[in-house]
Amino acid sequence: VTELADLLAAAMLLALIAYALSGGADFGGGVWDLLASGPRAAAQREAIAHAIGPIWEANHVWLIAVVVLLFAGFPPAFAEIATRFHIPLSLLLVGIVLRGSSFVFRSYDAPDARLRWGRVFAISSTFTPVLLGVLIGALSLPPAAAASVSFRALYVDPWLQPFPLLVGLFALAQFAFLAAVYLSVESDGLLREDFRRRALGSALAVAVLGVGVAALASATSPSFAADLLGEGTSLALVSVTALVAGAAFALLWRRRWVAARLCAVAQVALILLGWGLAQHPYLVADSLTLHEAAAPPRVLRLLLIAFACGSALLLPALAYLLRTFKGSLLGPASAHDAATRVKGAGCGTDRMVE
Amino acid sequence: MSDLLAARAQMAISLGFHIVFAAIGIALPALMVFAEARALRGGNPVYREIAKAWARGAAIFFAVGAVSGTVLSFELGLLWPAFMERAGPLIGLPFALEGFAFFTEAIFLGVYLYGWERVPPAAHLAAGVLVAASGAASALFVLAVNGWMNAPTGFTLGPDGAFEDVDPLAALANPFWIPNTVHMLIGAYQATAFGAAGIHAAALLRDPQHLFHREALRIVLFVAALTSILQPLSGDVNARRLHELQPSKLAAMEGQFATEACAPLRIGGWPSLTEQRTRGALEIPCGLSLLVARDPNARVLGLEAFPENERPDPRPVHAAFQIMVGIGSLLALLGVWGAWVAWRHAPRIAEHRRLLALLVVAAPLGFVAIEAGWVVTELGRQPWIIVGHMRVAEAVTPMPGIAVSLALYTLIYLGLAAIVVQLMRRQVRGVASWPPEDGS
Repeated sequence: VTELADLLAAAMLLALIAYALSGGADFGGGVWDLLASGPRAAAQREAIAHAIGPIWEANHVWLIAVVVLLFAGFPPAFAEIATRFHIPLSLLLVGIVLRGSSFVFRSYDAPDARLRWGRVFAISSTFTPVLLGVLIGALSLPPAAAASVSFRALYVDPWLQPFPLLVGLFALAQFAFLAAVYLSVESDGLLREDFRRRALGSALAVAVLGVGVAALASATSPSFAADLLGEGTSLALVSVTALVAGAAFALLWRRRWVAARLCAVAQVALILLGWGLAQHPYLVADSLTLHEAAAPPRVLRLLLIAFACGSALLLPALAYLLRTFKGSLLGPASAHDAATRVKGAGCGTDRMVE
Repeated sequence: MSDLLAARAQMAISLGFHIVFAAIGIALPALMVFAEARALRGGNPVYREIAKAWARGAAIFFAVGAVSGTVLSFELGLLWPAFMERAGPLIGLPFALEGFAFFTEAIFLGVYLYGWERVPPAAHLAAGVLVAASGAASALFVLAVNGWMNAPTGFTLGPDGAFEDVDPLAALANPFWIPNTVHMLIGAYQATAFGAAGIHAAALLRDPQHLFHREALRIVLFVAALTSILQPLSGDVNARRLHELQPSKLAAMEGQFATEACAPLRIGGWPSLTEQRTRGALEIPCGLSLLVARDPNARVLGLEAFPENERPDPRPVHAAFQIMVGIGSLLALLGVWGAWVAWRHAPRIAEHRRLLALLVVAAPLGFVAIEAGWVVTELGRQPWIIVGHMRVAEAVTPMPGIAVSLALYTLIYLGLAAIVVQLMRRQVRGVASWPPEDGS
């Protein structure tokens, strides 16, 4: 059972990483929509909408995959998480609903209403990742000895703490960074410089918040911090992550766009991998392990088969989607594509049906 | 309001909202693919415009359906954590498969919506086919879960009532799975076809020469007629299965209080709990026995056959069932008439103004029938969340104050509904005359 549960947990972590890299960047795009400024503010917004348009719904499904694997493979954990973190989960859902629907409404509503939907899209894109980070952080926070059974002690205190909130801001900075890096690959000229500056700025924010998260983890969640920063593989992983983050920054500085994107992707994946390893074997810190929460082996086996077969079918389809709209993933989008993409400014949403 | 009632209301509102978007998200891609295929096979180029217009509708409904579906997947745990803890191992697999179907749908909808000029025509059409097929597959998997709640299979009971030897595949293959899925899918195509027919008919009433709306109306009328004929047959299969497997729900649907042979079929009427009989119904002698058992003297269990605390409330169930069946009958007549006109008098369909007016009035009815059908199946399942094993009251979250989240979600859904209606009006008004006047 233990191996099956570990395998399924690894599949969930993979799906979570995929969600951060794809859906996370879509949220980050919304952040830059909110912060769009300067003479090219409109072009920035257009480039963001254009980058997200064809793919955000597919990206969003990774989150569903995580949730479904969680409740199918680890039902008691889902029940506990959904109860203890009812409030941030509900707020997260509100953010997801507002983000998704306002994005599509913006594409189809009257021109004068688009600005309003853009605002809703940008604001919900900004607070939703914070809630995601809060949930991740709260899962790593050992539950306090329940002093009382008040509403606050049961449903608020488990997540409304400095550590989860800081992880929330860290996630926000990380997603914004990813989005800015992706956007700098997918645009050119002055617009590309705009996104480069944003990527560099958010990289600094990520670094500061990352150090803050590590420091606060040592203070509030020693067992988690020990696993994260302890000896051996985990410390090596943290060092590699820091190196990769530094490399991403340097490559961006030197305008090596595609290599910078690779490093940014590796950085986010490594951070989540480090979190997963530090969290292991717990699903909910110090309270519920993978093993305790796992469904019977037969169920785990079926879920793993479903995950493997589903991925085998879906990954080529996903690659097709990305290649159709993003060009080759390892090379720059062709100059022609990039040009049409950005110059589509002002009519991007109409172009999809023309 | 008690937390249990608030949680039930929130679930009902979420499902009731989502089902409209899910149904359209399943059916509209099938219609758009059909139109595009006609255009590709050398049909009138207006079919390509029709496919594009329906694709715009599909985009809006799919997006809102996707986010409201996400809400539901979380709400299962937010509102019913004990249910998920207990049922998760048995129903997780279909949900996981549904996730993959949804993924396929999202990927190829992206290709379809944004790829008109980017991918070859055949690949574009294939993307649309995959969207339509994976939408139907999603329904298949989700309804497996709902079927299981009504007829749980795939486990043995341990000494403490726990589910042991769980077999998710056996749970998937529960006896309600296929009949419910077929009924829902036909309902989705039917409601969407009538909804679209109403919109195009309204446009034709204003502009009878509009080729775009005329051809669009012809396509949907054939779908409307076909589904309207099939749906009563599918309903009959479901009713007979209920008779075998979930007689308490059937009794509530039919307002059948007493267990009797030669049970009548009641049309209309109101079940009175004090009198323990359904008042004011038109009764067809032995009709119910004949329908559900193919034998006029068959014995049909009434609500009295079940312990009082295991009976669903027949009043909303019977009323919703009457609404569903009534609408189904009306739409069958209207669909056949419409298809006849569309087939025999195609070019002059706009002259049949009475038909067009009726289609406009009937536009929302298919969705009303879907909602009524879900009221029947969900309230008819009460008081159980897993029939025979777990009550709804045992499953609800311990967190108090659910009324607050009920209010929040209600507001959001009302707002979204209003916006989608307004956007659809805008889309319909935006359809250019055809052939295009500027010759482009």
